[in-house]
Amino acid sequence: MTTTTATATTTASSRPKAAQLLGTYGSLVAIALVALVLLVWAPNSLSPFRLGNLGKYCSWAMAAVGIGLAWGRGGMLVMGQGVFFGLGGYTMAMHMKLEAAGPGGIPDFMTLYGDGTMPGWWAPFRSAPFTLFAIIALPAAVSFLLGYAILKRRVKGAYFAILTQALAVAFATLLIATIKQTGGFNGLNTFSTVFGHNLYDPGVKKGLYLVSAALLIVFLVIVWQFNRSRYGELLIATRDAEERVRFLGYDPANVKLVAFVAAAIMASIGGAIFAPIAGIISPSNVDAAASVMMIAGVALGGRSALLGPALGAIAVGFGQSTLSERFPTGWTYFQGGLFIVVIMFLPAGLASLWPKVKSLLPGRMSPQAALVDGENGA
Amino acid sequence: MTASLIGQDYIEIRGLTVDFDGFKAIDGVDLTLMQGRLHFLIGPNGAGKTTLVDALTGLVQGSGEARFRNKNLLGMRAHRIVQLGIGRTFQTATVFEQLTVLQNLDIAAGVHRKGSRLLFARRAVPERVAQTLETIGLQALANRPAGILAHGQKQWLEVGMLLVQDAQVMFLDETVAGMSADEREETGDLLERIVPDRTIVVIEHDMEFMRRYADFVTVMHAGKVLAEGTVAEIQADPQVHEVYLGTAAEVGADE
Ligand SMILES: Nc1ncnc2c1ncn2[C@@H]1O[C@H](COP(=O)(O)OP(=O)(O)OP(=O)(O)O)[C@@H](O)[C@H]1O
Ligand SMILES: [Mg+2]
Repeated sequence: MTTTTATATTTASSRPKAAQLLGTYGSLVAIALVALVLLVWAPNSLSPFRLGNLGKYCSWAMAAVGIGLAWGRGGMLVMGQGVFFGLGGYTMAMHMKLEAAGPGGIPDFMTLYGDGTMPGWWAPFRSAPFTLFAIIALPAAVSFLLGYAILKRRVKGAYFAILTQALAVAFATLLIATIKQTGGFNGLNTFSTVFGHNLYDPGVKKGLYLVSAALLIVFLVIVWQFNRSRYGELLIATRDAEERVRFLGYDPANVKLVAFVAAAIMASIGGAIFAPIAGIISPSNVDAAASVMMIAGVALGGRSALLGPALGAIAVGFGQSTLSERFPTGWTYFQGGLFIVVIMFLPAGLASLWPKVKSLLPGRMSPQAALVDGENGA
Repeated sequence: MTASLIGQDYIEIRGLTVDFDGFKAIDGVDLTLMQGRLHFLIGPNGAGKTTLVDALTGLVQGSGEARFRNKNLLGMRAHRIVQLGIGRTFQTATVFEQLTVLQNLDIAAGVHRKGSRLLFARRAVPERVAQTLETIGLQALANRPAGILAHGQKQWLEVGMLLVQDAQVMFLDETVAGMSADEREETGDLLERIVPDRTIVVIEHDMEFMRRYADFVTVMHAGKVLAEGTVAEIQADPQVHEVYLGTAAEVGADE
């Protein structure tokens, strides 16, 4: 804030307005740049294999964008987003298993591990419209009920984090224990088509990637609008001084619930696109460790910055698969070391470097920057 | 119910008790807060002034009764009490430090806004917010984060938040403490201007400020009401002099 001069903010007239416009629409320009890279550059430059990987990172990034909203803006350390990622992923995977089994058929693993009959609750997932509906409605309903129960009881901070993490543990345990219904430890895999499109067709693969990248861009725009809306301001107020918000006539639980549900839906949609791209969804994609990986990207990128969570998640995804291929043992240590450095020296993530870079450039900083730096703990 | 109540809004408190694990911070208080007068609540440190306001605004649990427009405030949830038109400030000014002064006021103005409108960005500064910015003299700082404000300015912002809320009942907990003499006078004059159609309770240690602006005074001591009346009546009360032992001269002082 050092470069902001007193004259810059004297009235609500021309000057600050220009700065504000830059602050608001500058973000849109940044999203457009990301869109350009993901939607134009990547499909034309990367091998199908790398593109598929990038599609997976985008699906994690969708969950990360939601975490940015819930944690960065709402102060809720959501440590169990794997649950919602899994709800979407398994919903989509169930539909694809039923597609592969053909009309009237049942998924192969049910004959392998079970008695060859299908549980009744699988049946509706044969329908494509129902599947699409469930990808949004299931996480919305579950997160609403959970969030209502947790937030109305004013569970906060570390307790909230532990509780959500426990949910991810319970969810993965449940999946592993129900091998006849959910494929257990192996999860659901060997799909052939998604909504009638052959998953082995290079065009379909590219299409799936494009859907994944496009959804990520859409989520970024949604969160951008969330952040600049009055709701976004209220959410920050709630994060920083929950009790004070109460004395202005709002129920902070409701304010946080909106962000919690939105984050769950984003994670679910991410999971739903992950399953066809990866060709598998299993407990290891949705358990506590997977949930922590989602958080890790957000922390690295900067939880309350607009692009921080998404870029952080893509970077962590890239690091995990690419660098770990080359340095199988070194990567884990490198990653651990990186987090320690970031958390100690840049608690608001790499995005907090941006205002510092910007202040070195000519021109003025936007007032928005105040929301990005100077974070206090979760 | 609206028209007939104008000029006669009141909060009637009967047998209010606040018990902190056996320690009665408020002990059977009866008190009537009437619209249209600046009601000062004074008393030594630890008398229970803040706790009384806490109980009436849903921050702490109290037993007994506090009637406002046919509702018992005790047992109601804090945000519901605010929605009834009861606002307060805090002894330690609490504002949203990362948000701008304008955003702080805009959020306070939100009580009257529909939930669905929250999803849009603010296009213009709402009329009431602009007016309030002028009243509290923070126009120049409208777009600065509230965290950079000086202590007195934060208190002003809190008052501003009450004004945009358009609270019909206002509890001001030591709001003028930390303000300069000029600022106190401005605050006092502002309160005098807005009090006719409101119920305003001012907690204050500054006796000079009290003498100048109080229409009615309640003195609390050890969780109980010690004395009530006009400034003159309070100053003449020997009991009041006793609890203000060290500062007795101050209470009675006449210029
Ligand atoms: N949450 C609490 N738990 C236990 N005791 C409390 C609590 N809050 C206040 N008290 C006690 O209740 C008594 C009244 O406190 P209160 O803050 O209401 O006094 P006050 O009149 O506002 O004093 P001051 O002028 O110093 O602000 C004090 O003895 C205080 O220690
Ligand atoms: Mg007090």
